[in-house]
Order: sequence, then structure tokens, then C-alpha cells
Amino acid sequence: MKKTLMLIAAVTLLVACGDKPQTIGGAKQDASPYSGTGKPYVDAGWKPGDKASWESHLKARGQNSQNEYTKTN
Amino acid sequence: MARMKFVCDSERCIECNGCVTACKNENEVPWGVNRRRVVTLNDGVPGEKSISVACMHCSDAPCMAVCPVNCFYRTDEGVVLHDKDICIGCGYCSYACPFGAPQFPSQGTFGVRGKMDKCTFCAGGPEANGSQAEFEKYGRNRLAEGKLPACAEMCSTKALLAGDGDMVADIFRNRVLKRGKGAEVWGWGTAYGSRQAGQPDPAAPAKGAKS
Repeated sequence: MKKTLMLIAAVTLLVACGDKPQTIGGAKQDASPYSGTGKPYVDAGWKPGDKASWESHLKARGQNSQNEYTKTN
Repeated sequence: MARMKFVCDSERCIECNGCVTACKNENEVPWGVNRRRVVTLNDGVPGEKSISVACMHCSDAPCMAVCPVNCFYRTDEGVVLHDKDICIGCGYCSYACPFGAPQFPSQGTFGVRGKMDKCTFCAGGPEANGSQAEFEKYGRNRLAEGKLPACAEMCSTKALLAGDGDMVADIFRNRVLKRGKGAEVWGWGTAYGSRQAGQPDPAAPAKGAKS
């Protein structure tokens, strides 16, 4: 009888341990930009999914479109 | 790759607002929201300076620090983005931001204030890359298309530079070394005369002098 009572008390007390945490989860996981969009409007010259290819492509695009000194001087 | 950064060259910005227009068009930003705007100092005075301002994607972003619902996140490329499904439109980020980047649409959910909207460095948001949901909430994801932000790519004088921080710094450094500064800049004399802006005109009589 005593054992049963203790078991019931333990179960009752431990019920709270099964409570799910209600903390703020934060933002959803975002996909990396180098994984591409799968749409036809992607700039040619790099391979979606390849980080190194995406980085070098973006650097080249930045230099070609923003640094006129490489073209005129 | 370093962090993605914007730099605006005040010697080149001509206050055309092309960046503002490009941003609004590319991301279909609603009325009343300007993710980017051009600020002019000493407007109308010879030597006035303009810069294009938007979210600077801070390395230690104050908006991120004060957000009570933790809706901000930073990508591996250093772009500060937020999740509109979590944002409660409280406006704390607006008070914390030194650039006035967070914008609040007056229409839509959450009454008159709306969920926060800001520059995404044309990197979309936490929805699937290139999806309709991402476009409607955050605008176009140009980075995932292998392109740079529309504002910088559209800038006619290339005052606004965007991209990898190392590359942007390299372009700007090279520019400053070659062109000089202030009155040394090509075209300064034609535009403003040979006198440096803000300096007294030696030909004009001094104030209070008897004639």
C-alpha cells in the first residue's frame, strides 16, 4: 500500500517534467544563397550548390560592374 | 568570403534616387515603405554631400539585440535578415537602429503599424529561395540568382557599392588613391570653382570690414 502511494506521488510530481518547453523558437532556417533558386532567371556562369563557384562569380560580377578603373585606367 | 557590405561614396552620389527606385521596383515594396533613401547634407550649398542609406547589415546589429521575439538572424554571408512570421511589429528595432532602416507598413496585419520591413541585401528571407512566398514577404532573392543588390547594380555613378566586404573596400581604396579628395577630385573646379567648399572666398570683403 505504501509503495503504491509512493509510486502515485512520484508519478504525480514528475508529470510536470513532461511539459513541453514554450520558449521562443527564433527564425526559421534559411537556405544558403549559393544553393540557387531553381528558376530560369539565375545569372549564368556558376554552378548552383557549389559555394566556391558562387563566391568567385559574385566577386567577378562585383568587380566588372562596379570598378570602372579596371576598364578605363 | 568576408561579410556582405554596402559603401556609399559621397563624392559620387548625385542624389538621383535611382537606388531607391531600383529597390522599390525589384522588391515591389509597398507605399509608405522606403527600404533605401538618399540623405543630403548641406542641401543647396556648394559642396553638398549625398549618401544612400539603408540597412547596413551590422556585424553587431542593435536590432537583433533588442528584438523581444528573436526574429532576426544573420546568414553566413553576414546579411541581417528577419522572419516576418515571428515579428510582432513592436518597433523596438526601429528605436535601436542608428540608420532608421526598419520600416513599418501602415496597411496589412497588426493594425496600423504592421510587421517590420527592411533592406534584405536582396537576399530574400527564411522562405524557400526564389519562392512566391519569399518574394511576397521579403522581395527578390538576387544573391541566390548570382547577382548583387539591385540598388548598387543600378547606381549610375557607382557611388553605391555592394558585395563582399574585401572587394568593396578594394574598389573604394583604389578609387580614393587615384582621384584624391575634396577639390582634388576631377570636375570639382568646373562644378564649384577652384575654391574648396566651406572656405571663405578670398576675393570677398571680410564681414564687418569697413569699405
